[in-house]
Amino acid sequence: MAGGGQTSGASQSDSFAPVRYWLLLPSWLTLLVLVLAPVSMMALYSFLTKEFRGGVVWDFTLAAYDQFFFDRGLFGDEPPKLQWTYISIFWRSIWQAGLATLMSLLIGFPTAYFIATRPEKQRALWVFLITIPYWVNLLIRTVSMKFLLREQGPLNDFLLSTGLLSEPLAIVNTNFAVQLGLFYSYLPFMVLPIYAAVERYNFTLSEAAADLYATRWVILRRIILPSVKPGIIAGCILVFVPSLGSFLAPDLLGGAKNFMIGSLIEEQFKGNAGNWPFGAAASMILLTMVMLILMIFAHQQAKGGK
Amino acid sequence: MAMRRYDLRHYPSFKAVTLFCLFVLYAPLLVVTAYSFNASASITNWEGVSLRWYVEVFTGAESEKFKSAARNSFVIALIAATVSTAMATFAATALLRGGRFRLRMLSFGLISLPLMVPEIVTAVATLIFFNALGVERGLLTILLAHIAFCIPFAYLPISARMQGIEATYEQAAMDLYATRAKAFTRVLLPLMMPGILSGWLLAFIVSLDDFIITNFVKGAGVETLPTAIFGAVKQGIKPNIMAISTMLLGVSVVMVTLSWLISQRDTTK
Repeated sequence: MAGGGQTSGASQSDSFAPVRYWLLLPSWLTLLVLVLAPVSMMALYSFLTKEFRGGVVWDFTLAAYDQFFFDRGLFGDEPPKLQWTYISIFWRSIWQAGLATLMSLLIGFPTAYFIATRPEKQRALWVFLITIPYWVNLLIRTVSMKFLLREQGPLNDFLLSTGLLSEPLAIVNTNFAVQLGLFYSYLPFMVLPIYAAVERYNFTLSEAAADLYATRWVILRRIILPSVKPGIIAGCILVFVPSLGSFLAPDLLGGAKNFMIGSLIEEQFKGNAGNWPFGAAASMILLTMVMLILMIFAHQQAKGGK
Repeated sequence: MAMRRYDLRHYPSFKAVTLFCLFVLYAPLLVVTAYSFNASASITNWEGVSLRWYVEVFTGAESEKFKSAARNSFVIALIAATVSTAMATFAATALLRGGRFRLRMLSFGLISLPLMVPEIVTAVATLIFFNALGVERGLLTILLAHIAFCIPFAYLPISARMQGIEATYEQAAMDLYATRAKAFTRVLLPLMMPGILSGWLLAFIVSLDDFIITNFVKGAGVETLPTAIFGAVKQGIKPNIMAISTMLLGVSVVMVTLSWLISQRDTTK
């Protein structure tokens, strides 16, 4: 996905073929040792037994996954009942990430379309304006959002002073605040792929449709939207996937009631109270979900490319 | 302007949505920047413009903590960006100038791995890994983790730049008896410089901004700016935090702008 799967003529060159493995060695070593090996180790840990002080005992067991899905009573001797605590945290994460994705799409599509239809020279600047906030520290952005939305914050001050409201809105510590935070965190990811798709769209198709008496909005729905669908799907995935495992937005904007997967995982590794195998298992489930989404997407893209 | 109504590309409400989008993106940042100059000790009342919170950051009770966090952050970002950019440059040379070979597609996959695995999962995995190996957590573990996840961010602009450079340049150099190493350092490297600079700047920001992975792999008592800010924010948003945030925000904006200007310049030639 790091761009370069499809290569142009220039990149087929082989001037450095004899040393290619030496050139690749440093990054291969780093990524194998510091990403692939740790993820494999985590997979292994999810099948180990928890130790009381936050470590693990090397006894293989499915206990961590079992704990995720089933409740066997306090002493583990009752017949297993499906347990909803963790499943519902995952479900809430999917729901929150889904709504954040929808909000990003509703704002992101018109934005991307508007930018793509600017004169060519202005487009780079518009895209740049959209991307700057992404490069600002996510923590600072989330804290800023909290500052803006809180009960005595500038947003409420403004709404109260204009008389639109008589009482301050309590937005922080609600599901909505988390959705807003996620939307704010990943909005540029929605705009960029849609922008790229609209830029490639051939506007003579719109003209042809207009000649056949289609209205502007019919053209948008029946012709433009289907043509730029791959960009829309890419944008949705780029917003949905990081939202699903996000930690900062639910932690700072959601409070304890609006727990998401990220916080559940983080809690297992904090201090001595945590359960490492369980945290590893929850991470594995999250990773599996994300990889499935990416695989389905890659499959769709490959099909659509033909 | 009457023509506008018949311009099929034009949708009436889209401009308003775009402006709203920019407003949403920038409003929180501008508000925090503005309030960091507030003279009041309370974050709710506005009492005029002052630099007192910036002074507080450098001389106040918590200044030592934030100074050492800032030092850690910048040193780690400097080293991580430099090492990962070097690795990404070599990798891009191999993948875009090394012909077709079996491990090529697998290498693309490996390099993009840190972008695909959710950050919290990478964080957990790295913590477990260092713990299992018995490596003591501290600045070194943070640095190693940062080098790994900065590689794809450095790689993207470098490979984009390299795709636009014709292979004939280094081929001509080698036809004129330049060694492969010379052709790389004297011909390819200078041509790639805008991509390399832009990759370095992005890697630097990504490292400087990282919270989640750092939070997992840092040892007790070791802080970077984001983890120090997070710790402070947990006790409530204070004006000095807004001053620090504004400065960090300024660094990011300056570096992204530089990166953008560099990449803009080389497309015009």
